[in-house]
Amino acid sequence: MGVFRVLFKPFGQTTGLARWLLISGLLLTAMFVTFALFAPWIAPYGFAEEVPKKVAPPGDGFLMGTNDLWYDVWSRVVWGSRTAIEVVILAVILGLLVGVPMGLVSGYVGGWLDRILVLIMDALFAFPPLLLAIVFAFLFRDLIGGGVMAVALALAVIYVPQYFRVVRNTTLSAREATYVEAARAIGAPGHTIMGRYLFSNVIQSVPVIGTLNAADAIGTLAALGFIGLGIQPTDAAEWGFDLQRALDDTEAGLWWTGVFPGLAIVLLVTGLTLVGEGLNETINPTLRKRRLRRFALPPRRPAVEEEAAR
Amino acid sequence: MPTKPEIQGTAHAPKHRAPDEVLVSMQDVEVYFQLRGGSMARLLGMDTGSVRAVDGISLDLRKGEVLGLVGESGSGKTTLGRALLGLVAATGGEIRYAGQDITKLSTRHLRRLRGDLQMVFQDPSAALNPSMTIETAVGHPLKIHGLASGEELHRRVADALERVGLSPPERFMFKYPGDLSGGQKQRAVLARAVILDPVLLVADEPVSMLDMSVRAKILQLMLDLKRDLDLTYVYITHDLASAKFFCDRVAIMYLGRVVEVGRTEEIFADPKHPYTRSLLKAIPEPDPEKALPRDLPRGEIPDAASPPLGCAFHPRCPEAFDMCGWERRDLRALIEAHWTRHEALDFETERGTIANLDDLDEPSHEAVVAAGRSSSPVDVEDLLHRIREEDADEPLWRGVEDMTLTDGGVRVRFHDGADPRLRPAGGVEVACHLYPEVEPAAGEGPAS
Repeated sequence: MGVFRVLFKPFGQTTGLARWLLISGLLLTAMFVTFALFAPWIAPYGFAEEVPKKVAPPGDGFLMGTNDLWYDVWSRVVWGSRTAIEVVILAVILGLLVGVPMGLVSGYVGGWLDRILVLIMDALFAFPPLLLAIVFAFLFRDLIGGGVMAVALALAVIYVPQYFRVVRNTTLSAREATYVEAARAIGAPGHTIMGRYLFSNVIQSVPVIGTLNAADAIGTLAALGFIGLGIQPTDAAEWGFDLQRALDDTEAGLWWTGVFPGLAIVLLVTGLTLVGEGLNETINPTLRKRRLRRFALPPRRPAVEEEAAR
Repeated sequence: MPTKPEIQGTAHAPKHRAPDEVLVSMQDVEVYFQLRGGSMARLLGMDTGSVRAVDGISLDLRKGEVLGLVGESGSGKTTLGRALLGLVAATGGEIRYAGQDITKLSTRHLRRLRGDLQMVFQDPSAALNPSMTIETAVGHPLKIHGLASGEELHRRVADALERVGLSPPERFMFKYPGDLSGGQKQRAVLARAVILDPVLLVADEPVSMLDMSVRAKILQLMLDLKRDLDLTYVYITHDLASAKFFCDRVAIMYLGRVVEVGRTEEIFADPKHPYTRSLLKAIPEPDPEKALPRDLPRGEIPDAASPPLGCAFHPRCPEAFDMCGWERRDLRALIEAHWTRHEALDFETERGTIANLDDLDEPSHEAVVAAGRSSSPVDVEDLLHRIREEDADEPLWRGVEDMTLTDGGVRVRFHDGADPRLRPAGGVEVACHLYPEVEPAAGEGPAS
């Protein structure tokens, strides 16, 4: 499939520093994905399961200690990565599903449709993302409750304009390409031109935005949880909520309730950012440096030897 | 006039006389592009003018012939080719194919015609979708029109690739355009164009982006395809040598008009229009013994947004005379050309004689050259006479009817020119006042 070829090409093309960025990022991310997938087996307790000890320090049967809600911190961190990954994947996919087709149609059709869509998207873009996320989190909480889906939708709204813009602009320039006119000349209708000719040529930069957005989504998700607009603590474990609970503990000298969820956020964001930057180094021609590889010719054997070799 | 030898000797089999069945008939086709203008003009909805890319062309395309559209950049040849396929909307006139007017068809109906009318593009690297394999790309027309699928599709793609010389087809089917050479890509484009079994193929400079070594092969391939598939070609080019090799008939285009059209042999043996003559002289001649003096047209191709009055070629024509539509913009060009030949000091003194040359920018057959602040109309008249004496053969002066002194300057009146229509001359048709127009049916007299 042409589309996958385009999307995955940059992974294979990375060299040098970009490859190291990519690999270390992928390793970090893979760790959290493992946590998310195998949470029931890795975590000793459920995310809302009360343990016998309250605010126990790390060690002593509890790897990362317990907090004031009688929860095991290590289990909360593991279950929290499941929540984070779920929300991120949903948010990015929703953003892609809405943003990419809209950008494609807007760029290809142009005219008034384009103007109106650009206006709406620019308006969304103009708001600070967190503010927008708060507003939409409120909205969706009323509509569909405070679950994973509501937060994912709120996050997707922030990311739609990014995909829209990038895809629309690339479409706008790709639309003038000869192969698009050639497609018209063989009688391809508009949706075929968009789907088969433009789509695979305008989504090169989407993976980069996707991974960078994923990193951003972790932060925003935590922020929403921190201010109490995220996922309900009874629905799923959520790092931002844990951080907020841990705020009071710091004064009491209980460091472990805050440090571990915070570390999880930092590590996952770092991992995703590294993947994004690694890809960006490769895709973005202004950052990319093609390295010259030294190539040594095999030493030439004297003619006599060559004769003998025959 | 001596002309160049054939590129390939007589490799081109005897050009069979095309039967006179008309395949496509163009009547006064016009394609105007609206100019964007400045932001202010767009805001206020002012008329920003338009570029006349194709300005009233009437041509018949006969079944089985190769018609060449030849002209320099900006002559509208590509736009005409695209209008023929409905890829560019014609703003006027009609293009009749199979009983329908292409310019009036809806997109849906036009799509159905795509099977008959196909195009080959100039740049083969840009004409193929970079993320589609050759098999998908070549077979896509069949898929779009729902003509074949599965095994049948595969077989027909293989046939088409074989036909254009990409064999064995298995070697090329799974490649991407980036893996092929320019010539191979152009073959793939040709395969995609012929897979629908078209009637007409518009080839827009199909070989100009290719290596010299590949050009002749691609042209020969196109001739073979024409013979096997019974095609009709419109061959768009600026390269007269390849047009001579390839075309049965040639239409020479200038600024959106056809200035001369006729059988290739006749046009090359006895070019009528001064523009055709200078184009033919511009073909490079490798043998210095045979080289001809080149009187290339002077100046540049004019602005198609406001073409010259009368015959569009007159400002560059060495043989222009009074009928050709002389006007004030030509006078400005002449005065400026005069100054470029003189010392800076002379220029300074003469520059003061004339108030402002920018007044001469609007097209009109009457010009008032206003005297500068410190000079009288008589000085202006003197200056004009001096320019005239300098080069009495300058064709512009043949167009001047009279020069009179007025209060503020000199009024120069030019003959009302006429826009030459295509008229038969010898075996060809030519749009030039040098050849008297035979009075056709009633009411078709010259515009003057």
